[in-house]
Amino acid sequence: MASSIFAAVPRAPPVAVFKLTADFREDGDARKVNLGVGAYRTDEGQPWVLPVVRKVERLIADDSGLNHEYLPILGLPDFRAHASRIALGDDSAAIAESRVGGVQSLGGTGALRIGAEFLRRWYNGNNNTTTPVYVSTPTWENHNSVFLDAGFKDIRSYHYWDAAKRGLDLPGLLDDMEKAPEFSIFILHACAHNPTGTDPTPDQWKQIAAVMKRRSLFPFFDSAYQGFASGSLDKDAWAVRYFVSEGFELFCAQSFSKNFGLYNERVGNLTVVGKDADNVQRVLSQMEKIVRTTWSNPPSQGARIVATTLGSPQLFAEWKDNVKTMADRVLLMRSELRSRLESLGTPGTWNHITDQIGMFSFTGLNPKQVEYMIKEKHIYLMASGRINMCGLTTKNLDYVAKSIHEAVTKIQ
Amino acid sequence: SSWWSHVEMGPPDPILGVTEAFKRDTNSKKMNLGVGAYRDDNGKPYVLNCVRKAEAMIASKKMDKEYLPIAGLADFTRASAELALGENSEAFKSGRYVTVQGISGTGSLRIGANFLQRFFKASRDVYLPKPSWGNHTPIFRDAGLQLQAYRYYDPKTCSLDFTGAMEDISKIPEKSIILLHACAHNPTGVDPRQEQWKEMASVVKKRNLLVYFDMAYQGFASGDINRDAWAVRHFIEQGINIVLSQSYAKNMGLYGERAGAFTVICSDAEEAKRVESQLKILIRPMYSNPPLNGARIASLILNTPELRKEWLVEVKGMADRIIGMRSQLVSNLKKEGSSHNWQHITDQIGMFCFTGLKPEQVERLTKEFSIYMTKDGRISVAGVASGNVGYLAHAIHQVTK
Repeated sequence: MASSIFAAVPRAPPVAVFKLTADFREDGDARKVNLGVGAYRTDEGQPWVLPVVRKVERLIADDSGLNHEYLPILGLPDFRAHASRIALGDDSAAIAESRVGGVQSLGGTGALRIGAEFLRRWYNGNNNTTTPVYVSTPTWENHNSVFLDAGFKDIRSYHYWDAAKRGLDLPGLLDDMEKAPEFSIFILHACAHNPTGTDPTPDQWKQIAAVMKRRSLFPFFDSAYQGFASGSLDKDAWAVRYFVSEGFELFCAQSFSKNFGLYNERVGNLTVVGKDADNVQRVLSQMEKIVRTTWSNPPSQGARIVATTLGSPQLFAEWKDNVKTMADRVLLMRSELRSRLESLGTPGTWNHITDQIGMFSFTGLNPKQVEYMIKEKHIYLMASGRINMCGLTTKNLDYVAKSIHEAVTKIQ
Repeated sequence: SSWWSHVEMGPPDPILGVTEAFKRDTNSKKMNLGVGAYRDDNGKPYVLNCVRKAEAMIASKKMDKEYLPIAGLADFTRASAELALGENSEAFKSGRYVTVQGISGTGSLRIGANFLQRFFKASRDVYLPKPSWGNHTPIFRDAGLQLQAYRYYDPKTCSLDFTGAMEDISKIPEKSIILLHACAHNPTGVDPRQEQWKEMASVVKKRNLLVYFDMAYQGFASGDINRDAWAVRHFIEQGINIVLSQSYAKNMGLYGERAGAFTVICSDAEEAKRVESQLKILIRPMYSNPPLNGARIASLILNTPELRKEWLVEVKGMADRIIGMRSQLVSNLKKEGSSHNWQHITDQIGMFCFTGLKPEQVERLTKEFSIYMTKDGRISVAGVASGNVGYLAHAIHQVTK
């Protein structure tokens, strides 16, 4: 038989965060802790299906009038409308002016990809693959791949994390924006920056918006943690809404994986804000073409759960309560970890643990210290020093704090 | 001014247009024969009993919602491969395959197209049958490949132009990609007979073509899952390492749940692992990992003996109803006094039927009888019921006599 056409296909490296979880699973040590992949865990270290989700699933299962027919290409209309409303606010002028559209997508990733494909085809000319796309340093590692696979050739980074002061490098960020070619696309984390947990303050966002407006830069928000970051939907959407109020046309890739705990149902929405209704309609018609060759139409189950929840005042209130439960537990773990490290006298400053927001914290641990944590202490975290606060529980806080203390004092 | 001033309005989807017009029509006798989804004899969507049972089982287990692996639900992908290849397949038993979960048929096709674009450097050309499913062309094009065609449908006979197909396929440059519909060709309903498949396999092998099977109707075409997968299995047995896209939209009625799979038959298990790793690299920047619901339902059905048995009965039931409607349509046309040869309606198989009607005749059907179909004369037999097959026959006779 002729040699295989795939004989030369190289073995690709595994995606780091999933490899981490795989290694964690194989670890037989009783003390092991998984501070890797970004999913919420209860204080018992268990996944948590939101009570409101269980309730709504029951409602859906009992509704004999429902079937499994195809959704429209752009998704469930109620879901899209509710999702965009959640991002932009009930009082959104843009929504009232009919210049907002939504594309139901497979998670936040799917929304990013559809948006990226659209921009590559229609932004800054036609099929302009050379438009620079800027991602923060560091950023969620999949951002690069999404835009590369969508056809963009020039992915650049903008300054973001200041390792020395463990905070936002605003001067560096603004400088990069001043120097970026006109019309460059900037991926902005709407809140709870992944992986640093460091967000601009409202005042800093205002400065960012001013430069972007002057330089005609395109804002593409990644909003994966609305509600989950501060516990308040409105607070976590402040940046997106500010940009809209400043007259920007923008994209916002929304994920309901974390704030609804619907990870494996792949529920996301690409919110499109345009100058007027006519522009948005034409944009959506082209989004349909892109969706049709990617997945044809999106999955039904998750969108139904979200739409049903957001469409009922009572269920909506329950959901907000569930979200606050998650956000509050994370805030508690942050303050508990910080106070332990300070009590132990661990070298360095640890206020960044509570200054940072959302699921993740950039601890500041270097790769050698991370390796020590994994190999010696069986505590799994990313090589960048990123930890998932959700992996902490009242039972393992002491062990994790002591281990960080050891790593920092023993390894430099 | 807007960034989007120059963005053109996308052309309207032809099939969607049919449904929109149908919805607006107030004639009580109206028929929607554009719909690409199964309908029962009352014209209603049909949720399979085995699906309802699987859903109840899933609900009672109160499982979590954690991310699936990038390649999807393992129980589902394994069962999917076994369903396509057959449990006795050497390729399946040896593990020299990789199957990843895809977003129904479209998503699986697209993953495959992207994979070939990245790793199949021998050719950029994909050969489609003439005609093919309308979405095949933009899928492969968006993946960065080029489209070519081979003769397939003979409009004079409303059946397979086998001579033309063989002539064209024999001339396809070596190492090109050829797409084949495993069964229930969409949109024509015209499938090769087994002897014809054997000849095609032989030519394809001689030309050293990469074979891409699209199987969206396994079980739904003849009512027999093994019979419908015969071509796929034959090609593999002939030593052709195919790639394959599967959909559970029709055969399990899971349309909106997006259950599908993409498979690569490899030289050995080691190669399969390498190929899998690269498929994951493609999937992650598309949507990270696939949706669970549909795959879990399908997996439970395929892997639970009682449910699987029930499914086989139900999918045969759907296929039989379609086959029954085909023969009723023909007998009604005869009763109307039509002198035309309508044999192709019963020769063709699957959801769709290329009636042979011309655009002017289709337009008359719509305007005078409120019967809606696509301009190419394609009807979805799933939209025909015992309550309206007589009306349909009458209308067709009126516009063709």
